[in-house]
Amino acid sequence: MFFQLVGVVGLEIHAQINSSTKLFSGAPVRFSAPPNSLVSFFDASLPGTLPVLNKRCVEAAVMTGLALNCAINRKSLFDRKHYFYADLPAGYQITQQRLPIAVDGVLTYSLLGGKKRNQVMRKNVTIKQIQLEQDSGKSLHDDVRSQTLIDLNRAGVGLMELVMEPDMSCGEEAAAAVRELQLILQALGTCQGNMSEGQLRVDANVSVHRPGEPLGVRTEVKNINSIRYLARAIDYEIQRQIDVLQRGGTVQNETRAYDSKSGETLPMRDKEGLQDYRFMPEPNLPPLILYEDNASLPTGIDACQVVVVQKIKEGLPELPSVKRDRLVQTYGILPEHSFTLVNEDGLVDYFEAVLKTTKKEPRKVIGWVTNELLGHLKQEDMSVCQSPISPSALAELLELQETGHISSSVAKQVFQKMWRSPGKTALQITQEQDLGLVSDTAQLHSICQKVVDSSGNKKVLNKLMGLVQKETKGRADPVLVRAILQKKTS
Amino acid sequence: LTGRNLWQMHLLRPGRISPTELCRKCLNRIRKTQHLNAYITVTEERALEQAQQAERRLQRGVPKGPLDGIPFAVKDNFCTENIRTTCASRMLKDYTPPYNATVVQKLLDQGAVLMGKTNMDEFAMGAGSTDGAFGAVKNPWGYAAPYGERTRADPDSDWVVTGGSSGGSAAAVASLTSYLALGSDTGGSTRNPGSLCGVVALKPTYGLLSRHGLIPLVNSMDVPGIMTRSVNDAAIVLGILQGLDVRDSTTVPAPSSLTELPEDFDVKNICVGIPKEYHAPGLSEETLAQWSRVADLFEEAGARVEQVSLPHTQYSIVCYHVLCHAEVASNMARFDGLEYGHRSQMDSSTEVMYASTRHEGFNDVVRGRILSGNYFLLKRNYQHYFVKAQKVRRLITNDFQHVFSSGVDVLLTPTTLTDAARYRDFTQEDNRTRSAQEDVFTQPANMAGLPAVSVPTALSRRGLPIGLQLIAPALQDQTLLSVAQWIEQRVGFPSIVSTQMLSSLDLLQSLSEGFHIISI
Repeated sequence: MFFQLVGVVGLEIHAQINSSTKLFSGAPVRFSAPPNSLVSFFDASLPGTLPVLNKRCVEAAVMTGLALNCAINRKSLFDRKHYFYADLPAGYQITQQRLPIAVDGVLTYSLLGGKKRNQVMRKNVTIKQIQLEQDSGKSLHDDVRSQTLIDLNRAGVGLMELVMEPDMSCGEEAAAAVRELQLILQALGTCQGNMSEGQLRVDANVSVHRPGEPLGVRTEVKNINSIRYLARAIDYEIQRQIDVLQRGGTVQNETRAYDSKSGETLPMRDKEGLQDYRFMPEPNLPPLILYEDNASLPTGIDACQVVVVQKIKEGLPELPSVKRDRLVQTYGILPEHSFTLVNEDGLVDYFEAVLKTTKKEPRKVIGWVTNELLGHLKQEDMSVCQSPISPSALAELLELQETGHISSSVAKQVFQKMWRSPGKTALQITQEQDLGLVSDTAQLHSICQKVVDSSGNKKVLNKLMGLVQKETKGRADPVLVRAILQKKTS
Repeated sequence: LTGRNLWQMHLLRPGRISPTELCRKCLNRIRKTQHLNAYITVTEERALEQAQQAERRLQRGVPKGPLDGIPFAVKDNFCTENIRTTCASRMLKDYTPPYNATVVQKLLDQGAVLMGKTNMDEFAMGAGSTDGAFGAVKNPWGYAAPYGERTRADPDSDWVVTGGSSGGSAAAVASLTSYLALGSDTGGSTRNPGSLCGVVALKPTYGLLSRHGLIPLVNSMDVPGIMTRSVNDAAIVLGILQGLDVRDSTTVPAPSSLTELPEDFDVKNICVGIPKEYHAPGLSEETLAQWSRVADLFEEAGARVEQVSLPHTQYSIVCYHVLCHAEVASNMARFDGLEYGHRSQMDSSTEVMYASTRHEGFNDVVRGRILSGNYFLLKRNYQHYFVKAQKVRRLITNDFQHVFSSGVDVLLTPTTLTDAARYRDFTQEDNRTRSAQEDVFTQPANMAGLPAVSVPTALSRRGLPIGLQLIAPALQDQTLLSVAQWIEQRVGFPSIVSTQMLSSLDLLQSLSEGFHIISI
């Protein structure tokens, strides 16, 4: 049996730790500060300075490890990874190569699949390890003046490197996995996860093979700045490798950069052969020891000087997957709705705020939030917090519909108008534009009569209803209209 | 009275020398002993200011402590805020740190007066203080009467090395321009010159003194070293400098705040171990004789003196070199001319700038160690060299632990193979060879992180100092110094006195108290 070539995708993710100071120094961590304004003596590699480990960074790594079902290593070690580059002042990076802080985890993520893309499919990807390490500075090449400018603000910021095993097979899966990781990190508060600001950096390891056969040669794809580009870059690379093999060529083990303009991956400058990083234990940092619980603390140790895993476990916030299940349980909404809610920043809060001020059932509200509201937001590339319609305003609209003041089709129209005139309530718009449901029986009777009279011989009920609605600009109470027409045409 | 040192006598008695006068005398002495090349930078103005401040405090009766107003010197690999710190290298020729090393700050906080930064081997690599960018340091004993009389040498052409790499600090203390000096000790760099210059040289337990601000050679072995003219002085300084520093994650809390050393330490209660492997090839007859002499002194006084074995000693120097070079390669990686220090004019690309900066800035000793260190750290070599050496390091540490846990309190060994060599003889072999030879007795203590001290015991036939070493278990620095003081009290090593520093009355008094006078 002949199998098609399929993609195999693994990810290397660098997540900037959300802490107020750097991993080994007290310099502040901030985005977009004046160049070289957040650099301590240690960050600048001034001789004689020594690293001092940041407790918050350790806690962040433990939290993240626990949330990803990792085994937390009670003892982990720091190493030096040597290479020369202008943005690496010491000539080495402090990382955890031999024994990282967390290993063997699982990230469960969901995809919306099926024909109607409304089936939630759960998938797993193995987390090989999480290690703490330093970020490098930034270099900017000024070709005009033939010089390189170095900004060390970012040098020494704490990173968690997460290695995801090649359990994924395409761009969509990788994107969904990264999205889920983003949500988890944001829920934990350990990383703000903004890819465009470099808080979350993803490199993809891509290869192709026939199922059952050994893995193919892999390439590393870098320079991916968003989740959307991640999916595209991976899919492009998989196809490129398939094309190469089908032409009879071989895939090179190389590093390629994603070019978002062309949608292609291009080979990066050759790194002059294989780098030997000359790993060596970091002699200025003793082994990092974590304690299971307060009972296992040695005597005389100050509790605020150590990290206790149990304490962190107890303090974990609600993770996205738990939140999704809770929403389904509490509100009786469908899993795919819950998925959409949690996936969008602030949408859960919006939904719950609407529910507070309306008597309408959650199952009837959810569609408004995931379709109408979200649809409009997406169209205009806005976030939930930028919505011109507040939760209470939407709730008011839904009340009008629920109490029969307006029809469902009119409600949708009013929504649009509210969107374009923020500040105007549903009631105001309804009154101003006279969109209220017409329930005046006498008025309806005369309209119906008119329609029936001018409809000729054929008296199809639905057609007649359509004509009445047209005549009333959709404001006729459909229940009443149907009853009246049935009487008139019987 | 014999336990007291001279400066204590000066300052405690009323009408004696004031801090500013003492400071001026020392500065004068520095000028007169410039030929020794002990100092790279002399901080004259600053010293006088500090001395004046000390004087005001003393006049008001509020001295900060025993070191208030006392001149001290610091090896030029300790960072001193706004004072040039060069590590005797072209790489840092004009480098000015923006902060003080913790141990320097502690001394300044005690009111001690900084005379200057002392000369050394470049980046602390060497055992002679002959391989620095500012030239070699000369041993003051080479200009003293005994050497001249006994060898008929010409001090200028037959001058003698100080040992290294903290030669400048040892020379400063020996020539009376400072009363205490900081050195660094990675494989013996404080004890070696201490022994050859006839001063007390202490290497504390690893982790007891902060390394924050000490420009590192080997992070896992470096300690700040203390050089003084008496063991009691060393104890005072240790008490001030020891202790946890949050800026250095390898520091440990001090075992107890150091109280004064006992005046009459009773050796009947102790066992002195004599490691048989320390009868090394090249050990001079005279040093061997001193070793026996002091061992006999212990035995006669009722101490138990036993031969012990440290079976892995022969592997120590080789492992030390592998680990040292590997760490050097790593620690020197930061010197690229980008952020500070020397930067080459050749800047056609970053790679070119890095390569030429490092070639221009480092001497060939440093470059040689970087190359071999990087070789040992290559992936294909790492297990075979680095990991192997670490494993043997564990065995060496175990040797000591085994001996100390079987009833031995201190070990007595030579510090160096011989007395100080003439420069012209010393330079017959290269830096690497000399380091391998000279560090034999001293580097095992660094491998194991143990405290060790060198105490001068006698002058050799050539009129040059011979010292002996004591090694104690980790954190037993106080015991170590107590035993060292016991030796000091009994060996009668001549005190160096400057005829310019004392009035004739003091001179007569010193003579009557049994001090031998050597004038330099």
